[in-house]
Amino acid sequence: MFRRRPEAAPTLAIRVDGVAVPARAGESVAAAMLAAGLLRFRDAPAGGAPRGPYCMMGACFDCLVTIDGVGNRQACLETVREGMAVETQSGPRALAR
Amino acid sequence: MADEFDIAVVGGGLVGAALAWGASGAGRRVALLDEGDLALRAARANFALVWVQGKGLGLPDYAAWTARSAAAWPDLAAALGGETGIDVRYGRPGGLHLALSEAELERRAAWLGRLHNQSPPYTVRMLDRAETARLLPAIGPDVVGASFCPDDGHCDSLRLFRALHAGFQRRGGRYRADSAVDGIRHAGGEFRLATKRGEIRAAKLVLAAGLGNARLAPMVGLAAPVRPQRGHILVTERVAPFLAHPLATLRQTGEGSVMIGDSQEEAGFDTGVDTGVAAAIAARAVRAFPLLARANVVRSWAALRVMTGDGFPIYEQSAACPGAFLATCHSGVTLAAAHATVLAPQIAAGALAPELGVFSARRFDVPAAA
Ligand code: FES
Repeated sequence: MFRRRPEAAPTLAIRVDGVAVPARAGESVAAAMLAAGLLRFRDAPAGGAPRGPYCMMGACFDCLVTIDGVGNRQACLETVREGMAVETQSGPRALAR
Repeated sequence: MADEFDIAVVGGGLVGAALAWGASGAGRRVALLDEGDLALRAARANFALVWVQGKGLGLPDYAAWTARSAAAWPDLAAALGGETGIDVRYGRPGGLHLALSEAELERRAAWLGRLHNQSPPYTVRMLDRAETARLLPAIGPDVVGASFCPDDGHCDSLRLFRALHAGFQRRGGRYRADSAVDGIRHAGGEFRLATKRGEIRAAKLVLAAGLGNARLAPMVGLAAPVRPQRGHILVTERVAPFLAHPLATLRQTGEGSVMIGDSQEEAGFDTGVDTGVAAAIAARAVRAFPLLARANVVRSWAALRVMTGDGFPIYEQSAACPGAFLATCHSGVTLAAAHATVLAPQIAAGALAPELGVFSARRFDVPAAA
């Protein structure tokens, strides 16, 4: 669905659900995931429908993922870091973890 | 051109909607007149609690009225569900009031003890920390105990509001938006209400306009000494269920959002959010449940409760203009069942029961010193 432009070649790697995903310094977690063909970021807490980024600018909250153990982070607003651990979410965030 | 009704209810919030729904049906023509979008809307300050514990000290009739409404709530929820298909998500798991210090616990126990002496049998009991933790495993180290009342419950107040309006219209009621009442004349046994969308004529009139009642009541020979009392509400993102019981100041909705509301402020008609107040509310919530420190707040707002001098409701029929009734309170959710199933039929029949006499605004008339 999305392709990287030649000048946007990956420079580092994050992990999404334990799998290495290439990313480029300065881009958002959402951009890296979309470029890797990952479209399902979470299931909606009410109804369970699959969700992914919609606005890419912090307004819709549809891109929520768990980042380094903290749930409900907006993937479109978080900048990638080498070794960052991202998890897709299912259902409501558990505060206890 | 005038529209004629048997009953006109002024105020489309929770109180007005409950009374209008309860008074409609049986062939009665009922109108519900609502203000515009910029109305103050006390319903926005509501916390969706159907709450019994702690209420009524100083007025046993109010304790009884609250308990009666809470007892009628299961039937209200069932009736609304049956008529409208809307599940208002009522549940009565019992509610708690947490104490974050020994002094708070003692004050709470003393208050409830006085209430018990005034209005027995009072079903609240005090819990120590271990008993509290059995009901609410997520409490933090600062929680020393709680009061627990098995009669306390909660609902989804947005669904309640929608169900009352939908039920009212299914029963043949006429809802009119953007119809603030500018003037009321009483002549020839009927009320003529001036709105910018035309005149409404009705044999009976119910003033359920919240803070607006202060302006409207004198038009029909009544008094509504009410003032705004501000409350802040914070709402978190949806999180996995961790709270099986509602608290007086904190509850988790069916969808998983956590509502936090813990302020009573005298701020006039200012509905602005005070970040200092919001921060204090959040800090106390985190002391009660440390895991909330990780939750994101997604919405916060402030709204105005409708408060009388003693905090109790006013229900009264005008002596000067018979057929004009006043209804005002700050617990529109808890009292929705009593309003719909007890008060509304009395209004429709034209007389309040003698037992409601204590709720007359005449109690605020201070006799002149001898
Ligand atoms: S994609 Fe809309 S907030 Fe992230």
